[in-house]
Amino acid sequence: MLLIECPYCGQRPELEFVYGGEAHITRPDAAAQLTDAQWTDYLYARGNTRGVHAERWRHTRGCGRFFNALRDTTTDQFVVTYKVGTPRPGPASQVPP
Amino acid sequence: MQLYSALTLLKEGLTGQRGWRAQWRSPEPQSAYDAVIVGGGGHGLGTAYHLASEHKLTRVAVLEKGWIGGGNTGRNTTIIRSNYLFDESAALYDHALKLWEELSQTLNYNVMFSPRGVMMLAHTVHDAQVSKRHVHANRCNGVDNEWLTPEEAQAFCPPLNISDDIRYPVLGAALQRRGGTARHDAVAWGYARAADSLGVDIIENCDVTGIRRDASGAVEALETNRGLIHTRKIGVCVAGHTSVIMNRVGVRLPLESFPLQALVSEPLKPVLPCVVMSNGIHAYVSQSDKGELVIGAGTDAYTSYTQRGALHVNSHTLEAICELFPTFRRLQMLRNWGGIVDVTPDRSPIIAKTPVPGLYVNCGWGTGGFKATPGSAHLFAWTIAHDEPHPINAPFSIERFRDGYLIDEAAAAAVAH
Repeated sequence: MLLIECPYCGQRPELEFVYGGEAHITRPDAAAQLTDAQWTDYLYARGNTRGVHAERWRHTRGCGRFFNALRDTTTDQFVVTYKVGTPRPGPASQVPP
Repeated sequence: MQLYSALTLLKEGLTGQRGWRAQWRSPEPQSAYDAVIVGGGGHGLGTAYHLASEHKLTRVAVLEKGWIGGGNTGRNTTIIRSNYLFDESAALYDHALKLWEELSQTLNYNVMFSPRGVMMLAHTVHDAQVSKRHVHANRCNGVDNEWLTPEEAQAFCPPLNISDDIRYPVLGAALQRRGGTARHDAVAWGYARAADSLGVDIIENCDVTGIRRDASGAVEALETNRGLIHTRKIGVCVAGHTSVIMNRVGVRLPLESFPLQALVSEPLKPVLPCVVMSNGIHAYVSQSDKGELVIGAGTDAYTSYTQRGALHVNSHTLEAICELFPTFRRLQMLRNWGGIVDVTPDRSPIIAKTPVPGLYVNCGWGTGGFKATPGSAHLFAWTIAHDEPHPINAPFSIERFRDGYLIDEAAAAAVAH
């Protein structure tokens, strides 16, 4: 079981959390102008990164708040957790397109 | 190919077992092939076999990063069934089941297919209604499935606890008698041996590091740790690592990779005559011919490539099994392990052409790809050879997500499967 650092409550066991999938996927503003391919990409396509992955978690059985995390999917080690609304930490070169 | 038969066995028994030959070669990669399959699991090896046997491609290679059958083919719980809800899925999985029934003969290799029955339990009124709907839908599609009362379920599987004292009592079960298990390693080995005898090069320890495309965008070569391999057709069959390869050519897929665990108990005398599954409380158990109980746990909550999972996921399924089978409570578990499964949003696979000419993908089998191995291999080979899908796998395209034609077994089963 993972130990996860909630930015609000500190380190807690994984069972208190719910995983929320890839982070930083923003709903497009002008949805009506998107092509079907662009809309499909937003809805369904995921990077499924092998390596450092930015992802959402929710401390459901704790403070109830959402936050983001960087976790290495080859080791399951958390690099850092950070609040929703803040950009992905680390050098810009690591940010996937 | 050295044919296996009772006569060969007798002859070798009388002559000191000295005449057995290697089942497949270990060739060096050639510089060019008609088609290259990436991924030496059951699906990939089977695809190569069908390309050579049915579509008469003479220069085919299978590239495997590790050893053949060492990925999910060697890590799954070997359950075979075809009782899926939707017409498209029933056609796909029953196509595979029909091939399973003849696979040992086809390959001249004992894959130990054992149609001992797959029994899926219902524990709530809703469960029972959904199960009966599955039974009816299956029978409309010509797929065998029948509804059992708790007493009938216990008669079919004597150790099953049908007491109403347990937390989720058994209210009934759907039984597919044609379902069962097979020997997972033998499937990989049988396909490898049959494909090799038709000239397919099986190249292990060969890691694909890149895919080269020509000016028109079509594939022209694979970059590997064992050199450049030219080919105009590439079939990707790498399960949990599909996104890693496809992202390199800019094809983003609707996939997420999760760890899925399995475990086996110490061996017992025959006690469990069929496969028992419960989607509702999450239990998957059968007994191997060695006597071990083979138990499938759930996926972990988060995407990962670690090939291991958390203990609480195993505990969850073991608690359910101990309630359903009180006689198993004192058993010790011998081994547990994980594999990485690629899951689509609708829990149905993708067997399709990609936007890149010459690049084909067979992925998204999620937690239940083993059962489909022969069907998947046959259909994927067809798709690669004809550059268009077979009617059975035509609905399993990438474009179904764009066009809204999901085959939503996720909603139908309310569980990964």
